[in-house]
Parts: sequence; structure tokens; C-alpha cells
Amino acid sequence: MELQTWTYLIVGLTFALYIGIAIWSRVQTTKGFYVAGGGVSPLANGMATAADWMSAASFISMAGLISFIGRDGAYYLMGWTGGYVLLALLLAPYLRKFGQYTVPDFVGERYYSGQARLVAVICAIFVSFTYVAGQMRGVGVVFSRFLDVEIELGVVIGMGIVFIYAVMGGMKGITYTQVAQYCVLIFAFLVPAIFISLALTGHVLPQVGFGSTVLDPSGADSGVYLLDKLDSIQRELGFSEYTNGTKETIDVFFITAALMVGTAGLPHVIIRFFTVPRVRDARLSAGYALVFIALLYTTAPALAAFARTNLIETVHESPYDELPSWFHNWENTGLLAWGDKNADGKVQYAPGAAFDPVPGQTTVRLVKTGARGDSGEPLFANPLSKSRNELYVDRDIMVLANPEIAQLPNWVIALVAAGGLAAALSTAAGLLLVISAAVSHDLLKNLLMPGISEKQELLYARIAAGAAVCVAGYFGVNPPGFVAQVVAFAFGLAAASFFPAIVLGIFSKRMNREGAITGMVVGIVFTASYIIYFKFVNPAANNAEHWWFGISPEGIGALGMLLNFFVSLSIARFTAPPPATVQELVETIRIPRSSAEV
Amino acid sequence: MPDDATLDDGSTPGQNAESTRQAYWRANLRLMAFLLTAWFAVSYGCGILLVDWLDQFRFGGFKLGFWFSQQGAIYVFVILIFVYVWRMNQIDRAFGVDE
Repeated sequence: MELQTWTYLIVGLTFALYIGIAIWSRVQTTKGFYVAGGGVSPLANGMATAADWMSAASFISMAGLISFIGRDGAYYLMGWTGGYVLLALLLAPYLRKFGQYTVPDFVGERYYSGQARLVAVICAIFVSFTYVAGQMRGVGVVFSRFLDVEIELGVVIGMGIVFIYAVMGGMKGITYTQVAQYCVLIFAFLVPAIFISLALTGHVLPQVGFGSTVLDPSGADSGVYLLDKLDSIQRELGFSEYTNGTKETIDVFFITAALMVGTAGLPHVIIRFFTVPRVRDARLSAGYALVFIALLYTTAPALAAFARTNLIETVHESPYDELPSWFHNWENTGLLAWGDKNADGKVQYAPGAAFDPVPGQTTVRLVKTGARGDSGEPLFANPLSKSRNELYVDRDIMVLANPEIAQLPNWVIALVAAGGLAAALSTAAGLLLVISAAVSHDLLKNLLMPGISEKQELLYARIAAGAAVCVAGYFGVNPPGFVAQVVAFAFGLAAASFFPAIVLGIFSKRMNREGAITGMVVGIVFTASYIIYFKFVNPAANNAEHWWFGISPEGIGALGMLLNFFVSLSIARFTAPPPATVQELVETIRIPRSSAEV
Repeated sequence: MPDDATLDDGSTPGQNAESTRQAYWRANLRLMAFLLTAWFAVSYGCGILLVDWLDQFRFGGFKLGFWFSQQGAIYVFVILIFVYVWRMNQIDRAFGVDE
């Protein structure tokens, strides 16, 4: 069957499945809408959390990113998994025992203050919108690359699907579609990785193949370890060795910390733990979630090394007209490009950018002219750069083109498209629910209109979810140019605001309103100013020479978190302790058994 | 690893609600401190601070530091959570605060 037919078939089937789940899981109560009635099994919640957490970026971009930065990619790998240890040990069981609907709920009640709740609402909405814009764009991009649909139409289709199950089923609909989406995305990620591992190293498990010897073209063991081979290829081409780091240790340390703590502080991840019946289920489902996430996160670095080896071996010093057909397919999408600088008809790969940005732009975005060069290659308006490198490779191609590079059947390629969509849609839905609950539950029910009935609150929740889908879709169609830059924002802010406020709220009975609010505000202002300064106000100064202690804006959230802890604890020492009822609340959430039973 | 159900003051669980609660919390904090130390050691320790030193050793085709930073730390994270789940369930039952 044709690739297009396969793709329409598989994507269509998965969408039908999501809609079917939406119809089955309609809800009529706020508890159903916000926390799926609190009756989700730990295993299902683990899968849903994994899909909730793994976004379009994890699925499509991460392996590619790692394959270009080598060992330093570890900060994504450890940063985006290590946070689950913090979640399991420091947050999930206690927030489950607290047992409300949202993160601002906890902040507002623990710090007996509408202001604290408001600060939390603003953070939750900002963090979630930052994130969701990227997901909607991801949906559009997958549609345009695999289904020849305009990006805009792709975004609208994605919006429609999310709208149906988020507005009808709330958290319940989202949870069970996320379970389905996890299955789709992990299958789609693992199948090509396993085939490539088999072809390259003869091992089924990519995690094992990663550390094994490579097969030579005849299929016999060459006796050379994959990573040693990759290191020597990289050296020959003038790159630094794949298994060596290039970033400063302190920066890697802080970026990892900001991503870990940010993960633990992201509201759409935290609220997943409100959906299980008991405290012990919350702990267990954090464990399941990490198992499901680790399946992808331990495969991705292996895939990164495989893809890099394959790419260089296939294209470097190869005559352009003998390159495999996938190279030409992806040239058409503008994700791969070749400029024959030395006019020898062969591709040379070397460090440095192959092309310069077109005049008036700051980043390289290839602009096709429609003309063809001497070897038949597409030509671009972008001037050739001064480096020796002739090859432009978009990092996303490492995952998207993998099945073709490994010569896998068309249905596997179609599966990758469905997997990318599943990853983007599942994350988008989780974020939209946070926004919806922040508006209807925290802002309206608890702050502005305390008199509304449950039925009205549910209606507002649905309206807010619908409106949030539209705003997210708008950002997907008209992406603000700063989306890539503001991802650091989402993690930095979550790390510097929620994480300390919640941890202190559980582990320090003495922590009071004054300390927590001041800490959050100081953490946010500090982190936001640092990021805004280096990313927007003075991007020219965004380098290690000007950074404080050598910490990049991506890692500054960790420092903001430390500052928050310090300020909160200091202020709380000199101000009145929290009321007795709040101290009792802290006692209660520390014990799994409900007080009626004790 | 912290000891099982013996309380620090030598009393048995259930004698006194307040002291049981405090002993339960201390047992929880001890377990947490142990696990978080391991968490820090594999990720920030082996995967970042000691990575270059560990790279002199090999683990199959991996340099050891590289393996920790891109594989090993993640496996240990998973194990740590399951140890926590298993021990906490024991501790909950020992102090009679399980659901």
C-alpha cells in the first residue's frame, strides 16, 4: 500500500479510538471533570502520566538533539526523568492525601490566602500556555510532513480532536485517551529503534546495542564498539568526540537541576496524582510512570547514536546522485539540504553551519528557489557559509526519517506519524485541563464567584477548556517567534515557584503565608528577569562570559529555586506561625490513613 | 536502610497517637534521606561531577561515566521509586497508618 494511504489509515484509526473513548467517558460532575472521579488505577495513571509528560519534543526532537550534542544530552535524559523521584518522594503521596483538584488549591489552602492562590493560578496558566503552543505546532508539523496537509489545517484538526474529548470528558476523557496515546507513541518509537539496532549491532534491545560492537556490511561482527567507532568518525570529521562533554560542568549541573525540579513542579504532571484512589496508589503510579517514560528515555540516546552513525556513514563523501531515496524525500521538506561548495559532486560533512540565514533573518531557515544545481540538487536562497560543511540536517529528521533510513515498511513510517500526533495531543490535553481548572475552579469558584453551583462550575470548566483549546490553536497557527526560547521559562518558573512552595508546605509546619508568597514572588521575578534579559533584552550577551557563575538561562531556574527556599525560610522565621488549623492540615496530609480511621 | 517497626523511644506502635505519628514521620524522613542521597549520587555524582573520572573505566562498549549519564542514572531512578513504594507500604503498616 502507498505510504499516504497507510498514514491516513493509521492516523484515522487512532483518532477514531480517541473519539470513541471520549464518548464512553463523558462526565457530569466537577470531581469527574477535574480528577476523573479519583478512581483511576495506578497502572493506567502511570501510562497516562507518561503520555501527559512526553510531548512532541520528547518524541520528535529529543533523540535528534542528543545526536548532535553527544554526552551533554544527558541533561535532558536525567533532567526529565529524575524529577519523578522527587515527585514520588516529596509531592505525590501528600498532595493525593490533601485530595483537592488543583495545584493552586493546595497553595491557597495551605497558605490560607487568596493572594497565594492567585499567584499560583497565574503561574499555572502561564506555564501551561507556554507549553501548549508548542504542542499544537507539533501537531501541525506532523500533519504537514506526513499527510501533505497545510500546517494550519493540521492544527485545526488537532484542536477539534482535543476539543471533543477534553470538553466532554474532562480529566476522565483525557486520562483514558492518554493511556491509548501512550501505547501508540511507545510502539511507534520502539519499532524503528529495534529494527535499527538489529541492523547495526545485531541486538534486539537498543539499550544493549548502544554498548555493543557493530556489524560490518556482510553481517559479521566487526569487533569495534559502536561508541568507539562513532568517536573516531567524529574525530576524523573534526567534531569533538561523541562521548565527551563540551559544556561546563556547572552549567550541566544547573540545567539538569532546573529540568528535574521543574518537572516535579509542573502542574499538569502533579494533578495526575489526584486521580488515583489512595496515597499508596499515588506512590506506585509515580513508579509506573517512570518505567513507561524510561522505556522511551533509555531508547532515545541509543537511537541518537545509531542515527548519527548511519547518517554520517551514508552521506559523508558519497556522490550526491548515489544517495538513497530518503535523502531526496527529506530534501523536499527543507529538513535536509546540500550545497556543493567544492563542486566535486560529493557530500562533505564537517562542523559548522552549511548555510547562512537569508538576509534579514537571524536563524537558518531554508528558502527554496525552485532551481536545481549541477548535480540536480535543489538550490536555496540562503548563501553558503564559509565552513567546509556542505550538509544541513534538521535535528527532527533523526526520528522522523529513521524508518526510511532503516528501509522499514511503509506502515512503520505511518506509525511514526501517529506516534508524533499522540505525543503532542496527549500533552496538549493535560495542559488544557490545568488551564480550564485554574479558571473555573480557582479563579471563579474560589476567588471571584464563590456562590456558583457545581453545575455552573462544570459549565464554566467546559467553556474554559473550549476557550483554552482555541487560544492554543491560535498560537499553533501563528506561533510567537519566541516559543523555543520560552520553554526554559516553563521549567524555570515551575522550579522557582511551585516546587519550593509545595515542598515547604508539606515538610515545614512552621512555613507561613508571608514566607511562601515572598519566596514565590522572589523566585519568579529573579528567574524571569534573568531569562528575559539574556533571551530578549540583550541576546548578544547570552554567553558564558556574562552569565552568573557560568549558569545559562536554561539552568537559572535551579538558582531561583534555591533563592525561593532561602527567602521563604528566612521570612517565615520572623513572622507569625500559621494558624493551628493549617498546622493540623499539615499533620493530616503526612499520614496516609484518613483521620476518621485513626 | 531504616529499621522496621521499632520506634525510637522503644515504645510499640499505637501506644500514643502523637508519638506514633512522630515516629512514623521520622521513619519516612530517614528512608527519604537515604533514597535522595542515592538519587543525587547517581545523577549529579556519577553522571555529572565524576563523569570524566569514571570514563577511565569501561562497561562493555560504554565508558562508565557516559553510561551513567545516558542510561544508568535512569535505571537507578526507577529502582529508587520502587524501593520507596515497597518500604513505605511496610512502614505504613508497621505504624498502623495504612489505608
